[in-house]
Amino acid sequence: MKKLGHLICVVAFLAASHTWAAGGSEPVFHMTPDVGNQKSLQRGAAYFMNYCLSCHSAEFSRYKRVADDLGISEENMIEYMIFTGRKYGETMTVAMTAEQGKEWFGAAPPDLSVRARARGADWIYSFLKSFYVDLSTYRGINNKMLPGTSMPHVLWELQGYQVLNEEYEAMDKSDLESLGPGYTQLNQELENNQAVDEDESIPGSDDHSPFILAVEGKMTPEEYDQAARDIVNFMVYMAEPAQLSRKTIGTGVLFFLAALFVLAYFMKREYWKDVH
Amino acid sequence: MSNKPGGVIGWVDSRLPVIEFWEAHLSKYYAPKNFNFFYFFGSLALLVLVLQIVTGIFLTMHYKPDAELAFASVEFIMRDVEWGWLIRYMHSTGASAFFVVVYLHMLRGLMYGSFKEPRELIWIFGMLIYVCLMAEAFMGYLLPWGQMSYWGAQVIVNLFGTVPIVGDELALWIRGDYVVSDATLNRFFALHVIAVPIVLLGLVVAHIAALHTVGSNNPDGVEIKKNKGPDGIPVDGIPFHPYYTVKDVVGVVVFLFIFALVVFFAPEMGGYFLEHANFEPANPLATPEHIAPVWYFTPFYTVLRAIPDPFMGVVAMGAAVMILFFLPWIDKNKVRSIRYRSFLYKVNLAVFLVAFVWLGYLGVQPVTPMASQMALRLSEIYFLFFIILGIYSTQRSVGYYLGWFVALTAIITVYDFARNNEDIASLTWSTWIIPVAYMFVTLALAAFTNLDQDKEVPERVTA
Repeated sequence: MKKLGHLICVVAFLAASHTWAAGGSEPVFHMTPDVGNQKSLQRGAAYFMNYCLSCHSAEFSRYKRVADDLGISEENMIEYMIFTGRKYGETMTVAMTAEQGKEWFGAAPPDLSVRARARGADWIYSFLKSFYVDLSTYRGINNKMLPGTSMPHVLWELQGYQVLNEEYEAMDKSDLESLGPGYTQLNQELENNQAVDEDESIPGSDDHSPFILAVEGKMTPEEYDQAARDIVNFMVYMAEPAQLSRKTIGTGVLFFLAALFVLAYFMKREYWKDVH
Repeated sequence: MSNKPGGVIGWVDSRLPVIEFWEAHLSKYYAPKNFNFFYFFGSLALLVLVLQIVTGIFLTMHYKPDAELAFASVEFIMRDVEWGWLIRYMHSTGASAFFVVVYLHMLRGLMYGSFKEPRELIWIFGMLIYVCLMAEAFMGYLLPWGQMSYWGAQVIVNLFGTVPIVGDELALWIRGDYVVSDATLNRFFALHVIAVPIVLLGLVVAHIAALHTVGSNNPDGVEIKKNKGPDGIPVDGIPFHPYYTVKDVVGVVVFLFIFALVVFFAPEMGGYFLEHANFEPANPLATPEHIAPVWYFTPFYTVLRAIPDPFMGVVAMGAAVMILFFLPWIDKNKVRSIRYRSFLYKVNLAVFLVAFVWLGYLGVQPVTPMASQMALRLSEIYFLFFIILGIYSTQRSVGYYLGWFVALTAIITVYDFARNNEDIASLTWSTWIIPVAYMFVTLALAAFTNLDQDKEVPERVTA
């Protein structure tokens, strides 16, 4: 009987094995990036320049290209988005070197130019939403997607502070109070009880967030989700700027080839009609 | 050629036999009239070769073969070079397309017996092209200098290190350093853009020259030169030009349509053509969790992983490729085409194809106890296929079939006893049934039924 069981395993193997992913932290949240949403890309660019692009570089991306692609005027770009001292036509590098990053944070913040292609949108989206208070760490903050990360929660003033569901009860609430004036009541509704975007549930997993918002930020959870989506949209765009025009050009090419196919097909038929 | 042409062509032709060449290889080269779908892939392989060379030339204008600059220069091509993204996607998609086309081309040869006498040399040249192509693809994959480039090269070069005695020296010699480094990148670049392409082009010329000497096979496996009309032209032959040039144009357009679908709409092909981890710059200090070669190497990679001993794994992997060279001397059956081969031959080929694709699938998956058992079983089937192909060279006696069945089953069983241990015992014995069932069908059924009987081959090509 045991052998029969294994035989069934053999058969079921193909069907099942695609779910055994490569390991690491699987994304907690899901989003479908939309690089066609220019407003979202613009907001994402603004967040990115403000919050990310001082430790992280995006050294393959150029300010001018971003401005051109996203419909941002040169004046606005220079006035409101360039904080690195770089020029409009230059790449988005930062003053902090990798060595300094390593010394100050323990690990050099990676360049973010193509990060979205390496990690995927879901991962980054989940990362931005997965910072939580963890007083056992050096910085007092941890991330479910990258446990032990040396990155501080730079978006804390927008999101506030989250706590892991299972740890909330046992936590010393004065620790949370000390994190800022936004500390909310213990009986606050779970984040997942509030309206959750359709988009957000990962198929096959429950869509219960593993976090409770313990300290409110400037944004509501919905607003913060949108901000995180904007950032990810921008990073997905930045990882491959050509994608904004790629599909349009591709459509033209396909139409051309379809027309060419008709010509080629009839030419072949014409030539071959005397072959029997 | 009674009257010589005048004008420019005449002037050239009296100095260089261009007309003779044109006639010998195109307008008076007679190909069988019954080519089917599978006969597009030869000309398509040539097309992809040209595409790769042209896009490759443009890439080298901007690419920098330097460990410090390589990754950035690729991103420079993707962003700052006019149409650089298109050139690069065409090249990266072209690499995969090359293997798709070549695998189908090889399958055609296998199905219709195109490797058989008198076309052995065509097959040998073709196999040499295939091996060169693997080397070309492997070295090209290092150039973007991403994590998968780096660690893939590290793993593959380390395979040479498993060779007894000289292994370490050999791996060192290939890398030019103790790890994959700038030195490796530089030499791989040189080999990728100059050395291997030159060899490839030479082999392609030899492949086609040999083909045009003996003429093309066809889906019926009938020799068209045996049926010549009074004018000395094969009755079932038609001039390659214009008939097959116009037909191949249709194939080219359809191919380009599919190619454009990938290039413009899914250049990463879900991580199979461009792997996600390769968008992370090479880092010699951080090994990726899961190193998977690009899809076209994965069947052989799985054979490698199926054998626990590293050197024996390398030998098995090498043998899996090398055995294809000997196909003309393994399958000596006089019937070329699958159309007139026995039912069991078709079963054998079908199982082989499933095993090959499945081996490829396992190569991109992480190793689990079940997966490594399957890898071994499918590898066994991969090699057994060739033994059975050889047995099918002619109809055998009952004793011959059964003798092989017993002998091969015994070998597999003995190996299973040798490698077995408590942890995998139930997996070992439950999957034991896979190769044995395969041999039961192909050998025992051949012994007791007439399913091993080939059919009558017609005199002329059909349809």
